[in-house]
Amino acid sequence: MPHDIDDPHSQPHSHLPSDPVLRVRALETILTRKGLIDPAALDEIIDTYENHIGPQNGARVVARAWAEPEFRAALLTDADTVLAELDLNGRQGEHVVVVENTPARHNMVVCTLCSCYPWPLLGIPPGWYKSDAYRARAVREPRKVLAEFGVTLPAEVAVRVWDSTAEVRYLVLPMRPAGTEGWSLEALERLVSRDSMIGTGLALQPDDAAARGAQR
Amino acid sequence: MGGRYGDGQIEPDAEDAPVFSEDWHARALAVTLACGSLGQWNIDMSRHARERLSPVDYTRFSYYEKWMAALANLLVEQGVLSREDLRDAPGIVSEGASEGEPPAKAHPLSPRRLAAHKVAGVLATGGPADRASAVEVRFQPGDRVRTRRSANTLVDGGHTRLPTYASAAQGVILRQHGSHVLPDCNAHSLGEAPEPLYAVVFKAGALWPHAEHPGDEVVLDLWQSYLEPV
Repeated sequence: MPHDIDDPHSQPHSHLPSDPVLRVRALETILTRKGLIDPAALDEIIDTYENHIGPQNGARVVARAWAEPEFRAALLTDADTVLAELDLNGRQGEHVVVVENTPARHNMVVCTLCSCYPWPLLGIPPGWYKSDAYRARAVREPRKVLAEFGVTLPAEVAVRVWDSTAEVRYLVLPMRPAGTEGWSLEALERLVSRDSMIGTGLALQPDDAAARGAQR
Repeated sequence: MGGRYGDGQIEPDAEDAPVFSEDWHARALAVTLACGSLGQWNIDMSRHARERLSPVDYTRFSYYEKWMAALANLLVEQGVLSREDLRDAPGIVSEGASEGEPPAKAHPLSPRRLAAHKVAGVLATGGPADRASAVEVRFQPGDRVRTRRSANTLVDGGHTRLPTYASAAQGVILRQHGSHVLPDCNAHSLGEAPEPLYAVVFKAGALWPHAEHPGDEVVLDLWQSYLEPV
């Protein structure tokens, strides 16, 4: 029997139902009955990442960096101090480095070993960020990967890929689009996409944003 | 898997796609986080548990299936649950966990259960990995270094955060991150052994036989013991 309880070589997880929906429910049930987890706490965790912590947090930081040179300088020098003041340094964002895109360099973030990502700024990573294809290819052929996101960089722009191999999390500060001088922080935030802060996208242009209903 | 050949196109999802594409993904993430609060393992043990899944499981499981399998394994390996507990766990919807049934018998770890009102605080605090260390800083930004072979030198076949693709490669120290917990040690309950951590920049041509562009670079965060001077 492959799942014999006495087989010390089978991995313990093989005793659970194989269907993932039933598998999660079985674990949740047994842990709840033993008093080891509280289903209400699970609801709270899910609500936090579905509704409260997401790319809107990072967009606020980026918009402010575009608008306030002193804030930008502090963010690039010591993001941890700046983010702590904004209460944006929680779980999976304990150590953050912000890297700035320039006309000469485009930054892009990956975690080839697992799925490290700055949760307090961007929330839970999207499916593609956790996919084998992105993890395998981003470091070796970033320009082909970018093309699949609709981004084509000229040859004179160097690509620097950050592989998050430790507990340091990286946020890309995208370039501010031209034609946004004098815009409010709220209007600037609407130009900051999640992908632009991972580096697989660019900030939206004013025309794109207008199409999405942004207003000055 | 960094640098691996043979993977297909990336399928970007829309910016406004749901955070969790399936309800069970959300439950899997939340159960894993809540179990972390029991304090029976650290983040490096947790990552290592996912890497230790059998090659067949690692390949066939989706992302959150890996999380679930690794969690079940850790719970048994650390003595929190038994194999019988897993086998006998009800998986029927009508016996759902949200009914608020009292525990059959008090588990010794139940006082550590993450309470709903503690969630916000726990998520906001996180778990910093920087530590004071007696290990002397050996490298400065601009120093040329070479990585060692990708293998855990403390535990045969053990966990490491030096990817294979960056083995025995020459790069330059870009920045110092202070001293951080060493995963190679911490993943095996051998202590945190903090040591200096650096961002090291590699020319694409130093890593790949056919770099897309000679000016492109890859940066990795690497511990001092992964590096030797050039």
